Amino acid sequence: MSEVVQPASLALAVSRPKTVPFDWRRAVPLLLAAPLLIYMLVFYALPVVAMLLRSVNDPTWTLSHYATLFDDVVFQKTFWITINTSVTVTLGCLILGYPVAMGLVRSRSMAPFILVIILLPFWTSVLVRSYAWMVLLGRHGLVNEALLALGMIERPIRILNTPLATQIAMIHILLPYMILPIANALRQIDPSLIRAASGLGATPFMTFRQVILPLSMSGVAAGTLLTFVLALGFYITPAMVGGPRDITLSMLIAQQVDQLNWAYAATLSAVLLATALALLAVARKLPGVGNAFKTSMR
Amino acid sequence: MTSAGTNGAGSGPIGRGASVTLSDLEKTYDRANAVAKAVDGVSLDIRSGEFLTLLGPSGSGKTTTLMMIAGFETPTAGDIAIDGKSVVAMPPYRRNIGMVFQNYALFPHLTVEENVGFPLKQRGVSKAERAKLVAEALELVHLPGYGARYPRQLSGGQQQRVAVARAVVFKPRLLLMDEPLGALDKQLRENLQLEMRRLHADLGITFIYVTHDQEEALTMSDRIAVMNDGKVAQVGSPEDLYDRPDNRFVAGFIGESNFLPAIVRDLEDDVVVAECEGTLIRALCPGRPASGEKVTLTTRPERLRFADANQAGTHPQNRLSVTVTEAVFAGERCRYMLQAGDGTSIVLKEPSSAAIRRRAVGERAEIAWSVADTILV
Repeated sequence: MSEVVQPASLALAVSRPKTVPFDWRRAVPLLLAAPLLIYMLVFYALPVVAMLLRSVNDPTWTLSHYATLFDDVVFQKTFWITINTSVTVTLGCLILGYPVAMGLVRSRSMAPFILVIILLPFWTSVLVRSYAWMVLLGRHGLVNEALLALGMIERPIRILNTPLATQIAMIHILLPYMILPIANALRQIDPSLIRAASGLGATPFMTFRQVILPLSMSGVAAGTLLTFVLALGFYITPAMVGGPRDITLSMLIAQQVDQLNWAYAATLSAVLLATALALLAVARKLPGVGNAFKTSMR
Repeated sequence: MTSAGTNGAGSGPIGRGASVTLSDLEKTYDRANAVAKAVDGVSLDIRSGEFLTLLGPSGSGKTTTLMMIAGFETPTAGDIAIDGKSVVAMPPYRRNIGMVFQNYALFPHLTVEENVGFPLKQRGVSKAERAKLVAEALELVHLPGYGARYPRQLSGGQQQRVAVARAVVFKPRLLLMDEPLGALDKQLRENLQLEMRRLHADLGITFIYVTHDQEEALTMSDRIAVMNDGKVAQVGSPEDLYDRPDNRFVAGFIGESNFLPAIVRDLEDDVVVAECEGTLIRALCPGRPASGEKVTLTTRPERLRFADANQAGTHPQNRLSVTVTEAVFAGERCRYMLQAGDGTSIVLKEPSSAAIRRRAVGERAEIAWSVADTILV
């Protein structure tokens, strides 16, 4: 490589023997990513590992914290509530989100409008949105007032501080995570397939059942996974609008940290993390999901 | 079903073809503030069992016309009747038309068997019956045993056959094809062209085929409708279009043509005598041009000959003096660029033979060709 005149000839050097000791060009992407990698390592990975270590190393090396979870009634109830809430919220998002994703992809003229509607709350803080739901769902809130005015109820009903309130608010907050991957999958369906189905005798409903729905399943899987994993770790919203007895795992962790019960909090965190990771691992094995997950995250 | 009596529809295992009538069909699109006419007053009578090709350059409205017949586009004006019954208000899934798309449009999540069985499933055909018909259809396109594969596991040509099987498995009386061979290489395309012809003969149903490839259109069709600029430029058999083009567009689009500017001097029965480069040339002419009118005569390069003195033709001949400006040997034939008088360039194609003397550039020569091969456009 002593007589390299044009930089372009560097790229043609494939067939030459591997005498070049170090191609610094290859290192450029790594160097560019280095500041963030170091930041993440020092301020994120290390604290997480330190926290998780506490679940097996407090006060000495032991697995007793995990063993006690098996007959810890509070933990079991909390775990059940967390899973239950996450499943309900995910299903709610799916049922409400799929038609929106269809509208987003199908209607060219309405698409920007729908997208803004979806993304506007996305840019608002979760805290603000949770407060908004407190105002709406409260005893003298908009929902109760409206139901009273319509004569559907005789006295204000309790919505705020019930599991229903948690579900309503969480569905609202998590909807974009369901809609966007589904819309992405729908957008990738070749329009000629829909024409072909119609031309071959399928009514619009049959086309949906046999062509559109199966071809969008990768997006549905990605959206469901994303929503469910996010719902598992939700803290602010259930704490603010949920019932006082409906404690989720993340609330229990916060409570334990408040009481400086670090080992217990760390154990719960490990369980939460393991649940999410296990789900991801299973989902990635499903056909098509791994790819869909990658593309939807773009 | 007014025409059903003549073709005995439904009597055989496969019904005979449908007739299709397009009347003053129009399709306009509103773009920004201009109105674009994709299809501009197309009227066509497509006969039962016919292989009709819509041929034209891109943007000529051929695909839009096909999409309107299929029901994917709604005409702005005019009517489409299948077997005498207007279908304009009918959604595509009720028209019972087979369709092969340009990119095949096979369902990627379904196997070959499920793809081909798709139209049968929509029609409530039982599972056992479906399996039998699917096997038959795959047999028809020479793909038996491929049922369990997915479309992505097949080559382009195989995918195309599956698309054809899927389009005919429910025994439609009309099959529409939108450039179905466009994505395939030349060799495969030629094989499949012959297969399409065979399929058409086997099924006896009406085919409407869209292509921009004039050679494909000439080889396959019973009749060709040449489209240009949203209108039908000429309808006729391949021979009609090639030997007797109605206008300059058809003459230029189908095959290669020489265009000779001329001035009408005289009329003899259905032959016009026109002056070109100082020489009188006779041409067939359907109309009655006035004497002194400026016209264009057209003739095919392979129908011109170098005229040797000893070769006095028995047929009425046109003759013209030219200079060779370019000579190209292209294997099976030689191609000469000639110049007549002051600038009209003429292409002449001569079958190559070691026995024929090749002309050199700059050489003066006389060419001759039959009056029957000269058309006024």
